[in-house]
Amino acid sequence: MKALLVCEYREGQLLETTYELMTFADQLGAEKAAILIGDEESVPQMDGTVYLAEAAGCGEYNPAVHKQVVLAAIEKEKPDYIILSHSSYGWDLAPRLAAALKIGQVTEIVGIVEDGFEAGCCNAKMRRAVTPSTSQAVLTVQAGAFAAATPQGAPAVERIDISADTQGVVFKGYEPAEKKEVDLARAEVIVSAGRGIGKKDNIPVIAELAKVMGGELGASRPVVDAGWVDHSRQVGTTGQTVAPKLYVACGVSGAIQHLAGMKKSDFVVAINKDKDAPIGEVADVLVVADVMQFVPALTEALQK
Amino acid sequence: MKLLVCIKQVPDMESRFRPAADGLWFDESDLAWRMNEYDEYAVEQAVQLKEQLGKEPELTVLSIGPDRVVEALKKALAMGGDRAVHIQDNAAHLKDPWQIASMISRYAGDKGFDLIFTGMQSQDRGSAQVGVLVAEMLRIASATTLVDFNYADGLIQGKRELEGGVKGLVELQLPALVTCQLGLNTPRYPTLPNIMKAKRKPIETIAADELLSEGALAPATKFYAPERKAGGMVLEGDLSGMVEKLVGVLKEKTAVLR
Repeated sequence: MKALLVCEYREGQLLETTYELMTFADQLGAEKAAILIGDEESVPQMDGTVYLAEAAGCGEYNPAVHKQVVLAAIEKEKPDYIILSHSSYGWDLAPRLAAALKIGQVTEIVGIVEDGFEAGCCNAKMRRAVTPSTSQAVLTVQAGAFAAATPQGAPAVERIDISADTQGVVFKGYEPAEKKEVDLARAEVIVSAGRGIGKKDNIPVIAELAKVMGGELGASRPVVDAGWVDHSRQVGTTGQTVAPKLYVACGVSGAIQHLAGMKKSDFVVAINKDKDAPIGEVADVLVVADVMQFVPALTEALQK
Repeated sequence: MKLLVCIKQVPDMESRFRPAADGLWFDESDLAWRMNEYDEYAVEQAVQLKEQLGKEPELTVLSIGPDRVVEALKKALAMGGDRAVHIQDNAAHLKDPWQIASMISRYAGDKGFDLIFTGMQSQDRGSAQVGVLVAEMLRIASATTLVDFNYADGLIQGKRELEGGVKGLVELQLPALVTCQLGLNTPRYPTLPNIMKAKRKPIETIAADELLSEGALAPATKFYAPERKAGGMVLEGDLSGMVEKLVGVLKEKTAVLR
């Protein structure tokens, strides 16, 4: 069985998620090759072949061009699986490959099960097993679901030169992340507010618990989108990735993007009235309670 | 200009999900249904574009599913859509993204839509495949995960949400398809007069069989609850008892509380 890993590269750098794809391919028992649209210095450390196309000529991400380049590598390698991260890059590119080859696609894979691939669904509350019925398939792997492999080995590098039409989508560059009001990556304790706190007026109650615990206030995406808390406090793949000693999730349901951003926390306490909320999957302690009743009581107890 | 918005009706995500008898998807009994959250942003963006262009564009909303999805279509009409298309399919939940996309593209194929909006994914299945597949099948440009959308003179300037707060700036020429991310805009609530007006807007029904010619390429074989973290403790019941217990656990198991 052969796997072609599609490396992820942004702003001149190979992204670490590439090494998660290696672990996933190893667990499948697949022989690995990779395709990088980047530069020679960023070629991943691995055994096997890495097909290299220069990003300088292909654009860091022009979908039609990247599709052509990856299809060229697929043509050479003839893999059983074409594997990408389930990221803004992967979920944009993967369906283009699947459509071009008319092959099955499984997205947001969190595990390998007996009869196929395990994918999250229902906002990460449930799982499905999905089995491609085509001999080749495109797979995208959830960030953080597989530990990154240790970089080792030296690949044979084979160059791919492509001149492709951009077909209507032009990549114009990047807009950097907003300046951070707070660096959550350094916090030892993070107390996060989720949609379950109900309204903006309740933020100070969560912030007070964070203060009493000597930590920082964090938030999940809906709370940030609603404008209750500044974006710099957002925990998750589109916010900050954190690894505190203690993470307290208050009314956070635990969408998969949030879990991917906080699952490296040493100890996780979740307070949620929904016992089935996916945050319970990663919680060391799940407190089944109304968050606006429990948090003030906890704060008061800690102040004593 | 002709606009199409593809929407899905999904259960409230606060629901308890149980596998249905066939073990392939959830049991639908006792679920409350609503428009997929991402699709609300798609509808809103299309309506805003219509308003920007002086109501010249015709805005069609489309949904695939059993009769209940008409409720979601009516909401989209009340938000500002002109007409709706219901692809009637009681077995939509058993179709894979390839089949769903092929039905949409077959419908849209000869209609000459200039711009198609979808949510970036559904909240229930979450495959994030259908939008791009539709665009590829129609051979039009597409961009995913938009958090900013501007249109002028046949050109879309958008911002894609990437990881870590970074955004990717893209330009697309029509015809095109975009998938919408949370935070793109603020979806409006339909007003009562608009709800009343929507009742008079046409809803066309098409049987799924008329559009479906593709088999599944990646069917689901099982639907189940995830395994919980081994050894995770669950506290339930009396408030002060839970507080006392949690403080004890935090003092014992973590070094952060002295």
